Amino acid sequence: MPLLENGHIVDDAWVTVTGDDPIPATGAVIVPFARLEEGLARAGDTPLGVTIGPDVDVALLRPALPRLGLVAVTFTSFRDGRAFTQARALREHLSFTGEIRATGKPLPDQYEFMLRCGITTVQTERPEAVSVWQQAHEIISVAYQPSILHERAQGLGFRRFVS
Amino acid sequence: MSTDTATLPVGRYAYDQVDRTFLSQRVAQFREQVNRRIAGDLSEDEFKPLRLMNGLYLQLHAYMLRVAVPYGMMGSDQMRALAHIARTYDRDYGHFTTRQNVQFNWIRLEDTPDILEHLARVNMHAIQTSGNCIRNVTCDEFAGAAADELLDPRIHAEILRQWSTLHPEFSFLPRKFKIAISGSPHDRVAARFHDIGLVARPGPQGRPVFDVFVGGGLGRTPIIGVQLRDNLPEEDLLAYLEAIVRVYNAYGRRDNMYKARIKILVQALGVEQFREKVDAEFALMNRADYRLDPAIVDGIRARFGIPDLVAPADAAQNLAADRRADPAFDRWVRTNTHPHRNDGFICAVVSVKPDGGIPGDVTADQMDLIADLADGWSFGEIRVTHMQNVVLGHVRKDRLRDLWHRLVAAGLGTPNIGLVGDIIACPGLDYCALANARSIPIAQKLSARFADPELQERIGRLNINISGCINACGHHHAGHIGILGVDKRGEEFFQLTLGGSAGNDVAIGQIIGPALPEDETVDAIARLIDTYLVLRQGDEQFIDTYRRLGAASFKDAVYAPA
Repeated sequence: MPLLENGHIVDDAWVTVTGDDPIPATGAVIVPFARLEEGLARAGDTPLGVTIGPDVDVALLRPALPRLGLVAVTFTSFRDGRAFTQARALREHLSFTGEIRATGKPLPDQYEFMLRCGITTVQTERPEAVSVWQQAHEIISVAYQPSILHERAQGLGFRRFVS
Repeated sequence: MSTDTATLPVGRYAYDQVDRTFLSQRVAQFREQVNRRIAGDLSEDEFKPLRLMNGLYLQLHAYMLRVAVPYGMMGSDQMRALAHIARTYDRDYGHFTTRQNVQFNWIRLEDTPDILEHLARVNMHAIQTSGNCIRNVTCDEFAGAAADELLDPRIHAEILRQWSTLHPEFSFLPRKFKIAISGSPHDRVAARFHDIGLVARPGPQGRPVFDVFVGGGLGRTPIIGVQLRDNLPEEDLLAYLEAIVRVYNAYGRRDNMYKARIKILVQALGVEQFREKVDAEFALMNRADYRLDPAIVDGIRARFGIPDLVAPADAAQNLAADRRADPAFDRWVRTNTHPHRNDGFICAVVSVKPDGGIPGDVTADQMDLIADLADGWSFGEIRVTHMQNVVLGHVRKDRLRDLWHRLVAAGLGTPNIGLVGDIIACPGLDYCALANARSIPIAQKLSARFADPELQERIGRLNINISGCINACGHHHAGHIGILGVDKRGEEFFQLTLGGSAGNDVAIGQIIGPALPEDETVDAIARLIDTYLVLRQGDEQFIDTYRRLGAASFKDAVYAPA
């Protein structure tokens, strides 16, 4: 599936570097967490992103965050919900305002959860049409707890409208 | 039923239009997911967490649908809807569970969206009754009624229910997550056998404070929860729980489902290091975002109906006279009632464990009758207990005997609450794909063996818990006598544990010796109980005698040659 943002397909401005592939000197590049130092060594004004696995403590990104325009979190399986906590910690505790991209194998049915935890884009190999993701985003309009999106409160408790 | 007006349902939160919108959207979402599954767009592996979060399990013979009964509270209209589902989509019965929910064992996948739609009409659902998420929050079955209660825990149980519903961060945890809340100094919720157990009491300025226990549980590795925090202020309740579950989500094991519960994480880190992580998370949080403002609590409280407790001045006297007049009624009052905070009222426990019956099974007709009795005697309010029984919480004392007559006529008047016949049993190999042994027949044989109510009362308080496998859904570790089904070379055997308890005197039962063949188990337990009757001193209950003497005194009785 192409890159998804707010339920719509968008162009991907980033190049993802995997494994030991060389890191381009220019352009927006996403490097693996293990090669973050190498990425940071590039010229200071080139956009840089990093891909983290679900076991990475996002607090380790703190020194690099001012230089990062994107953090890609990884759903190694749709069953592994650690990326939700990572995204939320990036937004809440580290005040990260750049793109948080979901990669790996999440289900469309998790899309609304992703958005409410601060994930902004999704890059996945899932076969579903974009419409399935859109529907997952729109089908439920009520939520019952605070989220990083600070949705409009709806009278009782922590209830709010989300879409 | 209009819940937007003055007629609020007694004892539970009244849905409004927004809540109903949410439920109908949730049903539509599941219908769509079922369609994608049937069309092959979702694999069974992918569909599984989605159906589980709507309460749908695949059992040994069929799908099982577990309907949520938040904090065990429901109304007569809801009970009638369950009766309808039992008749229309199942085999005319349902099953009350130890998590205060209701299960239907013979459900077809393609019927499930319609069933959920029917439930939604009475503001019910099956959300998060399964799956690796925060499950139904359980509560004291005498909440809001018990004489010994300090604080009605249902308001905060409802707040936690709402907070945990489709929680964006906590719907794909390492494993299931269970929360119980009590507002009484007498623990009737097994607070220390939960992932999080909360014990509430009034604090400064009349606002509640909470003792927070974490990392308890039964299952394969029974562990008693540790106290993580005392006197947690109400306004920090959600923030603190967020912090605990966030630490669990980040660090809980995911490589082995049998080591994935929070109890294993707490044990692995040690309680001090676990507390440090939670405190660090809590300190980082923007607490204003999560602050449980008194106005929010009071807003939720205002959606709860309050029973109008008016009784004649001589209600208690009338009950006393009724008891003197009828020994059988008197016995039932002794065993099956609990003191109410209002002297004109009493809590009545309806045993759904008839002699020789299947613990927790209720027919559709019985459901309808319970609904009628709730309307006639208890403000339409019904509670499912973690012991798999039913409570009518607010019965006028002078009308109790009439209620009892009705219950007896329907086979629902068995006087065995808290006694040897009040057995907790998991569904076992009769239904469950995980089980090694059949729990239900053992429960039925024990219940028939000890049917004599006089004998039961003489034996006294005795909890027997039966699990058909080490996953311990029958909570055998927490039983005074625990029975665990094991498989030995294809034969069903049963291992006995003694001395467990889920209350304030929480303890994990200890294995007494080798497992017994199925046909010797009931006799062995009968000998064990006979031995206790000989050894008991004064007004000791079984657990007291066991604690005084230890397992050795009972071992000979269990393993005596037949």
